[in-house]
Amino acid sequence: MTGITQHSGKAAPLDQANVDTDQIIPKQFLTGVTRVGYGKHLFHDWRYLDLHEQEPNPDFSLNKPEHQGASILLTRENFGCGSSREHAPWALGDFGFQVIIATSFADIFYGNCINNQILPLSLKNPELDVLFAAVAADPEVQIDIDLPAQTVSCHGQQFHFDIAEHHKYNLIKGLDAIGQTLELQDKIEAFEGKLPTWLQA
Amino acid sequence: MAKTLYDKVWQAHVIDQMGEDSLIYIDRHLIHEVTSPQAFAGLSEKGRKVRRPDKTFATMDHSISTRSLAIDACGPANKLQLQTLADNCEENGIELFPVGHQKQGIVHVMGPELGLIQPGMTVVCGDSHTATHGAFGALAFGIGTSQVEHVFATQTLKQSKAKSMQVKVSGNLPIGITAKDIILAIIGKIGHAGATGHVIEYCGEAIQGLTMEERMTICNMSIEAGAKAGMIACDQTTIDYLEGREHSPKGEQWQQAVDYWLSFHSDEGATFDTVVELQAADITPQVTWGTNPGQVMGVNQVVPTPTDFSDPIERQSAEKALKYMGLEAGQKLSDVQVTDVFIGSCTNGRIEDMRAAAAIAKTGKVAPHVTAIVVPGSNQVKAQAEAEQLDKIFIEAGFEWRLPGCSMCLGMNDDILEAGRRCASTSNRNFEGRQGRGARTHLVSPAMAAAAALKGTFADVRDFQE
Ligand code: SF4
Repeated sequence: MTGITQHSGKAAPLDQANVDTDQIIPKQFLTGVTRVGYGKHLFHDWRYLDLHEQEPNPDFSLNKPEHQGASILLTRENFGCGSSREHAPWALGDFGFQVIIATSFADIFYGNCINNQILPLSLKNPELDVLFAAVAADPEVQIDIDLPAQTVSCHGQQFHFDIAEHHKYNLIKGLDAIGQTLELQDKIEAFEGKLPTWLQA
Repeated sequence: MAKTLYDKVWQAHVIDQMGEDSLIYIDRHLIHEVTSPQAFAGLSEKGRKVRRPDKTFATMDHSISTRSLAIDACGPANKLQLQTLADNCEENGIELFPVGHQKQGIVHVMGPELGLIQPGMTVVCGDSHTATHGAFGALAFGIGTSQVEHVFATQTLKQSKAKSMQVKVSGNLPIGITAKDIILAIIGKIGHAGATGHVIEYCGEAIQGLTMEERMTICNMSIEAGAKAGMIACDQTTIDYLEGREHSPKGEQWQQAVDYWLSFHSDEGATFDTVVELQAADITPQVTWGTNPGQVMGVNQVVPTPTDFSDPIERQSAEKALKYMGLEAGQKLSDVQVTDVFIGSCTNGRIEDMRAAAAIAKTGKVAPHVTAIVVPGSNQVKAQAEAEQLDKIFIEAGFEWRLPGCSMCLGMNDDILEAGRRCASTSNRNFEGRQGRGARTHLVSPAMAAAAALKGTFADVRDFQE
């Protein structure tokens, strides 16, 4: 896995709260056994007027010509709530989003993003208002994210965002979390040895 | 310092500290067909093995038919997913309960039933409703597929500690009010994201008075309030439930285990980051009116007016929800027709739920315009219900009696609700499209669902019971 440090790109707006993972990727697309190919079904119910994905909904933000090629998604509170399905960040990543800027995120979804090298970044609503307005005024406007510095910049305005040190580290380094833990084998074994007998097997 | 239940279970599982993250040991890992294939694939790509197959248990539940035991009954994609689970379990030595197996069931019904979940344990599953198992005083939470792979390879997870929230339900529950009404009322009060970043501990007389199955209903929907997990401390009710179950400790280990389990409770004077209190006496039968579980009201209230919400985001989401749900502000739900009723899921698919629904079902017949299905949560639930002849009551009243599985809770099989249909559902999510594209879901208790089936509109279950 490669790391994230800086990212610059244009943003697509999805100005609503409580976007759940059932919306991000509906259940009928969860029958896959691989991690790839979910992008075409991203936001299926909103993006298409028909079940077979032949008729794009012209009113849906992500379908608008001016938002094609966006790599940053702007949204609001509690993004990614609901089901734990990791298919949600797989679909967002496969579609081309590398950064999601929201007011807040649901916990499991947040962790799933980190594990898939997608940067979930929280700003306050008034700061998001500025970004939404900038994109509305000029869909091509560039937004710059600096992960080490923890800043988002757009049109000369700069906002700070918080991120836990270990999440930042993992995103920057793109590390294999399992490989790191396996180096602690001895400690895991010692822990198992001390478990109550009925929990050992 | 006084500790919470969560503190104690957490501390008993920390293997190592890495900055603000802890490496914690996982006692029980449950898996199903939807969120495990990519984790198994990741393992084998790296030449890794499942470290503790003996602590891992698998079931088929999401992608299966509730009409047929054939694994290809819902088409080739579902079949491939189910077959992949069977192959992966075989290859890694994991015990699997496939379709038709007497221990098969929805993952969160199967685990407790077999005694796999015990107080003080850490329990994970690639499924957000893993919170269910917190009813045993375990720390149980849903994880993503990358984390499933991490648990496979290491039997551990890196986690940072969440905040704590105490939800106290004081006093005794009024007649006709169920665990489902309690949890919906809690979510209505704190909101759909009200417990984000927290682990909830439920307590108070009304919680202590619940059976284990009712406690599971409460903890199940912790995630619908945004919580990472929900827990209820172990007491005699927990111990009585566990005694004699297949995986419960036996012989002299039983007493040791009971003593150990009882040590997991919040100390007198333990403090929580957030405290919420409800009076049981104020809770009425609940029905959701919107498209998230926090959009809920008492059955006798009227559908809210969006402009009543002062918060602009809530107002906007109420407007959107009413449009999607085809409801109007000020409407009474007793005037709203339902077309479908679904009784089942990991929230309300257990034997007590079947009994509660059957008690209403036997008082009448399903309204002619309603399609009603009852889907037991597991084969054990199905067998018990049939032994009590509940299936006959349902069939006699006009309900369909199905095979166990997740079914219309999310419709990954062919139990899909068509656009525009309106369902009284005992499941846990009323999101847009959850039960089918364009379909409308109202969350209710099993008794309320059965009452809606008979009346053909939403109804106050207390009118049936008096
Ligand atoms: S019954 Fe519904 S919520 Fe429960 S595990 Fe199955 S799909 Fe998930």
